[in-house]
Amino acid sequence: MFEYLQVLGEEVYKILFMLVPILVSVAMVVWLDRRVWGLVQKRKGPNVVGPFGLLQTLADALKYIFKEIIIPASANKAVFILAPIVTMTLALVAWAVIPMSEDFVLSDINVGILYLFAVSSLGVYGIIMGGWASNSKYPFLGAIRSAAQMVSYEVSIGIIIINVLLCVGSLNLKDIVLAQRELWYVIPLFPMFVIFFISALAETNRPPFDLAEAEAELVAGYQTEYSGMMYAMFWLGEYANILLMCAMGAILFLGGWLPIIDIYPFNLVPAPIWMILKILFLFFLFALVKAIVPRYRYDQLMRLGWKILLPFSLIYLVLTASFLFYFDKLPKGNF
Amino acid sequence: MLAHSIFFYFFSIIAIFSSLMVITSRNTVNSVFFLILDFISVGCLFIMVGAEFLGMIILIVYVGAVAVLFLFVVMMLNVAEQKQSWFIGKKSTHIPIGLIVSVLILLELLVVVGGWKYKDDLMSSNTLYISDISNTHQLGLVMYTDYILYFQLSGVILLLSMIGAILLTFRQRKGVKKQSYFNQISRNPSSSIELREVKSNEGVKIDD
Repeated sequence: MFEYLQVLGEEVYKILFMLVPILVSVAMVVWLDRRVWGLVQKRKGPNVVGPFGLLQTLADALKYIFKEIIIPASANKAVFILAPIVTMTLALVAWAVIPMSEDFVLSDINVGILYLFAVSSLGVYGIIMGGWASNSKYPFLGAIRSAAQMVSYEVSIGIIIINVLLCVGSLNLKDIVLAQRELWYVIPLFPMFVIFFISALAETNRPPFDLAEAEAELVAGYQTEYSGMMYAMFWLGEYANILLMCAMGAILFLGGWLPIIDIYPFNLVPAPIWMILKILFLFFLFALVKAIVPRYRYDQLMRLGWKILLPFSLIYLVLTASFLFYFDKLPKGNF
Repeated sequence: MLAHSIFFYFFSIIAIFSSLMVITSRNTVNSVFFLILDFISVGCLFIMVGAEFLGMIILIVYVGAVAVLFLFVVMMLNVAEQKQSWFIGKKSTHIPIGLIVSVLILLELLVVVGGWKYKDDLMSSNTLYISDISNTHQLGLVMYTDYILYFQLSGVILLLSMIGAILLTFRQRKGVKKQSYFNQISRNPSSSIELREVKSNEGVKIDD
């Protein structure tokens, strides 16, 4: 019994060691996002609270905590409360398989990439539940829109993942990173990286695909009726999801924790730092896109997903497979 | 081993409870939510017996895609809070069809359970039991060699049903304005702007 408790304690310690930095970095990343957005528009962005305005998000969170949570009278109470919880939980639960270095990973499972894909595809439930349970027109429309959008873009993300898996020959995230020791997949699979980036934008409801919360048409989309801490949970969950997508991009295409080149000054830097730098680089791109690209119209978004990105990634999949087969480069599994 | 059985009972109790709630809950949207819970717990059970690939595929395909579409249809059709008159008085036309389907499923389950008892005689292929390679590799080895025909056939059937569903719901509507991307991109000032002298009290015809 005592042994069991000890194991449990160790596990909890490990999980907290992963989760607390993620929550803190979500707060920092919100600041970074607003700061980049401001600088692109020749504003200063948040720069008052704390050094460089770093504590701005904490101040915002404090404000949300002290606000009243209002549940609309006609809302479906249970589902209404459950929706932000689902969003937040799913955004955090996926970090269990993200390897920060060769031995710094919570659970090193065989089907890691499938797990990531599954959890990120479950993210749609938070939105659809929130939109439906509010029992109001704008949230419902926003939820329906974003559900259709996320389901469509998941398909092309799936095919992009298959592209990478063909080159690796394993579903394990560690193997995927280690297979890129000689060449990061961003070079041979560059078109796939671009499509992955676009699909990740759509999957996380970021501008230019933020139709779920298009202010001009839908007030705030699925989160219109939410207030106080429940709104903040949606908001933090969204940013945790964005970070997750960045981590996924870093692992699939940018070589995870591997240094840029494996020579003297670069391989002194600890592996997790490289991973964090790559995630931040991708996040910086996300923030830039938010600032410089106007919002898509809904039919254009659907057309882009189904008629351009999906066929293109399918054709590229066939090309990758034929290339690997013709030059006999198919990965030999351990069997 | 104790922890294993605790988890097994935990997930199976959730699975049974939620599948009961699917058929008894009054609100149709709630039944879909319970169906999703059911899928998730069945996926967890699959992972527990070591079929991690199947478990994840259940999560991705059923929970991530199929159930979302269910939810979509149920929400759009506005059948939430439907009065359930199935057991109360009124004659329902659904009951005979439901009975046929459920009897069929019961028979199939019986066949499967019976088959499980004699599985050593039925399964001659020994490729299934190499334990030192991962489950995904095993599936790939069997699926693309011994069962390639059935695998491809099921793919063709799925494709056909997809085309059939699209054909059934496809209707050409008249008078719908569509954006032609090719025309839009290929237009230039000389083909789209025209200067005209407008005489007083006469006006010009546009779009002729």
